[in-house]
Amino acid sequence: MQIYLPIAEVSVDAFLLFGLGGLVGVLSGMFGVGGGFLITPLLFFVGIPPAVAVATSTNQIVASSFSGLLAHLKRKTVDLRMGTVLLVGGLVGSSLGLILFNYLRSLGQVDLLVSLFYVVFLGVIGALMFVESLNAMRRAKLPPGKRKPRRHHNWVHNLPFKMKFRVSGLYISVVPPFLVGVLVGVLSAIMGVGGGFIMVPAMIYLLGMPTKVVVGTSLFQIIFVTAYTTMLHATTNQTVDIVLALLLIVGGVIGAQLGTVIGLKLKAEQLRILLAGLVLLVCGKLALDLLLTPSELYSISGPGH
Amino acid sequence: MIFLLLLAAGTARAESIVLGLSQNQVSITATFDGQDILIFGAVSREAPAPAEEGELGVIVTVEGPDLPVTVYRKARRMGIWVNVDEVEVDTAPAFYAVATSAPLREVLRDVEDLRNSITLPRAIRSVGARVEDSTAFTEALIRIKERQDLYQSRIGAVDLQEETLFRVSFELPANLPEGDYTARIFLTRDGRPIDEASAKIPVQKVGIEQWLYEMSQTQSVFYGLLSLALAIAAGWGASAAFAVFRR
Repeated sequence: MQIYLPIAEVSVDAFLLFGLGGLVGVLSGMFGVGGGFLITPLLFFVGIPPAVAVATSTNQIVASSFSGLLAHLKRKTVDLRMGTVLLVGGLVGSSLGLILFNYLRSLGQVDLLVSLFYVVFLGVIGALMFVESLNAMRRAKLPPGKRKPRRHHNWVHNLPFKMKFRVSGLYISVVPPFLVGVLVGVLSAIMGVGGGFIMVPAMIYLLGMPTKVVVGTSLFQIIFVTAYTTMLHATTNQTVDIVLALLLIVGGVIGAQLGTVIGLKLKAEQLRILLAGLVLLVCGKLALDLLLTPSELYSISGPGH
Repeated sequence: MIFLLLLAAGTARAESIVLGLSQNQVSITATFDGQDILIFGAVSREAPAPAEEGELGVIVTVEGPDLPVTVYRKARRMGIWVNVDEVEVDTAPAFYAVATSAPLREVLRDVEDLRNSITLPRAIRSVGARVEDSTAFTEALIRIKERQDLYQSRIGAVDLQEETLFRVSFELPANLPEGDYTARIFLTRDGRPIDEASAKIPVQKVGIEQWLYEMSQTQSVFYGLLSLALAIAAGWGASAAFAVFRR
C-alpha cells in the first residue's frame, strides 16, 4: 500500500516503512539501543530526503524512549540532577548543531555533513564494540579471574564547579557531564540520533556513574533533547514528517517487544558482536558512497528538499 | 501575392482544436500513487483538410509550475566526493511532458520550437550562470528529472486518427510537485503551429495531506508540538497495549 508522505513529498510503501520501524525496533529491543543511528541511514536508502530523515527520526526517538523512561522512573533508577546537567548541555549542543546543519544546508553540503558524521561515529563505535566483544568472548572461555576495579580517580575529578549527585553517589565537577551533553546534542541535531551510544559509555567510563542509573538517566536526557531538536527542525526547516514518524513509531514499538524476547534467548557477547557487525555494515555502505566515483556526478535541490 | 496571404490566413483559421481532458484537476491524497491523465480532442474544420500544405501534426505539452533549482556537481576532494560547483537554474518546470504525433522535426520547426518553447531544452533557461560549462548542468537537470519521470519526452505518443481525432495519455508520477499545471496543444502543418489551445490543471494536496502540510508551514510550533504529543501517545499506547496483551 503506497502512502504519500505530506512533508517528504514522496510516495512510499507504508508496509516498508512499518517494517523498517519494526526491524529497528527488534534491534533496539535486542541490544537495548535507541536505534536512531540505524533508522536515519535506512531512510536515506529508501529515498527520504536526508533533511526530513534526520528531523523525523528525532521525533521517533521521543516515542521509543518514553515508555522506557517511565519504567526507569518507577524503579527510581534516574539521576535527575545529573540528567538535568546533561540536558542543559544537550540543549546548547542541539542549538549549535542545528545552526551548523542549516548553514551547510544553505551551501548544499548537508548530505555530506550527515554522511561524514555517520561514517566517523559508526566506524569508531562499531570497531570499538567489535574489539570489546571479541575480548569478552575470549575472557568468557577462561576461568573467572579477578576483574579490574572500574572506578578510579582521573582528571575528571580535579575540575572546578563540583556538585553532589546523590543518586549516582558522586561528587564531581559539572563541566564533564555538561560537555558530554553538548556533544550528544550536536549529534542529535546533525545525525537524528538520541546519542545513547556515546552517552552511556561516557557516563560509565568518564564520569564513573553506577551502571544501574546510567540507562534511565540517559533516557531522561535523550527525551528532552530529541524533543527540543524536533521542535527546532519543525520550526526552522519544516522537515518533520508526522505521517512518516507515526508509521516508524508503531512499527518500532511492536518490533521492540519482539526484540526483547529474542534478546533474552541470545548470549550478551553474541548480541554485541552482531550489533557491531551491523553498525560496521551501515558505516561501510555510507563510506563507499563517499569514496567510490558516483554514477551521477550531478544532483539537484529545489525548495523544500 | 496578397491573395496568397489572405488564403494562408484563411486556412489558419480553417483548422482549429476542440479540446477535452479526462479530468480538470489532480488531487494528491494520502494514497496518491501517481495518476494517468488523458488529453483528447478533435480538429474542427470548415473545409476539407488542406493536405497540400504539409503534414498535420499534434503536439501536447503538460507543464508544472516554474521553480528555481540548484544543480550541484561533485568532484573528488581529499579522497571523497563532494559537491563543488553549483548552477542556479532560474526557471525549470517542476514537471514537463511533451508528446508528439510524429518524429519531432516533422511536426515542429526549430524556429517555432524556440518561439513557443515547446521541447524540454527550450523550456529550461538558466540566466546568468557563472560556471563555464553551464549547459552540462542543464543537461544533468534534464537527465535526473527524466529518471524521476518528472520530465517525459514521448515522441510519437499522440494517437492521431484520420487527421481529425487525437488522444494521448500522460502518466503523472507519484512524486508530483504541487502547483498549477498547464496543458498546451499545438496543431501544426509543415512544422508550423496553425492553432493552439491550453487548459489549466491544478495539482494540489487535499484532505489530511493538505491540512498537515499547511500546518507545518504556517503553524510550525503547533505542528511540532502535535508531532511530539502524537509520538508520545503512540509510543506509550503501543507498549501499554502490549503489556495488557502479554498478561
